[in-house]
Amino acid sequence: MTEDVTPTIQVKGLEKSFKDLHVLRGVDLEIARGTIFALLGSNGSGKTTTVKILSTLLKADAGTATINGYDLATQAAEVRESISLTGQFAAVDEILTGRENLGLIAKLRHQQDPGRIADDLLDSFSLTDAGGRKVATYSGGMRRRLDIAMSLIGNPPIIFLDEPTTGLDPQSRLDVWDTIKGLATGGTTVLLTTQYLDEAEQLADRIAILHDGTIIVEGTLAELKRLYPPATVEYVEKQPSLEDIFLAITGTPSAAGNAAEN
Amino acid sequence: MNKRFFGDVTALLGRSLRHIGRSPDTIITTAITPIAMMLLFVYVLGGAIRTGDHGKYVDYLLPGILLITIASGISYTAYRIFLDMKGGIFERFQSMPIARSSVLWAHVLTSVVANLISVVVVIVVALLMGFRSGAGVLDWLAVAGILLLFTLALTWLAVIPGLTASSVEGASAFSFPLIFLPFISSAFVPTDSMPGPVRAFAEHQPVTSVVNAIRSLLGDQPLGDDLWTALAWCLGLVAVAYLFAMSVYRSKIA
Repeated sequence: MTEDVTPTIQVKGLEKSFKDLHVLRGVDLEIARGTIFALLGSNGSGKTTTVKILSTLLKADAGTATINGYDLATQAAEVRESISLTGQFAAVDEILTGRENLGLIAKLRHQQDPGRIADDLLDSFSLTDAGGRKVATYSGGMRRRLDIAMSLIGNPPIIFLDEPTTGLDPQSRLDVWDTIKGLATGGTTVLLTTQYLDEAEQLADRIAILHDGTIIVEGTLAELKRLYPPATVEYVEKQPSLEDIFLAITGTPSAAGNAAEN
Repeated sequence: MNKRFFGDVTALLGRSLRHIGRSPDTIITTAITPIAMMLLFVYVLGGAIRTGDHGKYVDYLLPGILLITIASGISYTAYRIFLDMKGGIFERFQSMPIARSSVLWAHVLTSVVANLISVVVVIVVALLMGFRSGAGVLDWLAVAGILLLFTLALTWLAVIPGLTASSVEGASAFSFPLIFLPFISSAFVPTDSMPGPVRAFAEHQPVTSVVNAIRSLLGDQPLGDDLWTALAWCLGLVAVAYLFAMSVYRSKIA
């Protein structure tokens, strides 16, 4: 972090209302390059609205934001060059095949050789076998992997992931986590929204809690933990969680994650 | 509009043409209603209809049937835009560095291609039913031009419910009144048999002038003012529908 101290995402006083509903009441964020930042909040707290504003899909009522050095309000085209959005619902074309989906996005990102890009991504997301099938036949986890793969085309320096694991089974969830960790290792800045506390705990370098339209607390996991009463030591018999049992019985090693880290 | 516009439209056009290629039922269902109407009118009702100096009734009827084909075809355009809006793919495109209007233009051009295929299917069926035309190449080109403008006008109109509808039914239901417009025109029977106010409406609505212009071109008849009236209607509708659709689109994409 020493060579580049300017945050890659800088948000000040973001406000947004839908008619009488005051969704964002002054959101401030600073996200450093190459980190994973988790925006944590319950349903309706304004996470998706924040992401939509930062990805130029909605206009803020007030406030400013700089993304990758570009002003959100006046340089929207440059902002779109710098970002990639993976929305709450997998934004894939059901009628096209997985390979065609990737090829389409590669063409729209004006890449050379879309076919090769598609094949490489199918390979790193363990979708090669399914690449020629219509996406309508994919499982939820495969769709989400394809969705994230589509977001990586053109290597945008910033990726927004809006609730990337909502509705996924535990194995797919772990695969997606591995992919996200791999992204940050490669220098991509990730802004992640989630309602799962363990997801933020597992992935994020810094965590902000969005509540009633403002950031009520922000810091590293360790900093957040210090805000609360010190840990008490209790002796509890360690029972395997149902997730542990599920993964032990069905568990195959996380193929997508291993490949993404290559 | 920038240098990327054409490349982006081409990529997105390839996508929606694949949709049509993989669900040819959209072409078939578009063509089947007008073909059924054509059969009904020619073989059941047509014997009782007097069309004046025109020869076979199928020759008289075809121009109106082609407009009905287009009016039912554009409901799929609204439907496809609606699906893009509901699924996340519309937002994905909008958050990417592409020419922003290319998403709509791809749907509009797809509509033109799909309607062209449907129109050709209907013409082939009409030929099997005995439709004959002495029109030359230039006349046919003029007919194609009018049908193209008519398709563009209705397609841009269809973009509006596609962008704003809150349900699939809402997105496609708007085309029903458009399908019925030809009934109150010269498409099926000459307007002079209609009572005063109906006749006044029929003679001054766009379908009548478009139908008359196509009928004259195909029948090798003198065109009169119908061609210019039809062109004025079509161009006017294209302009108004385009401007309105684009303003709705801009309000959707922030």
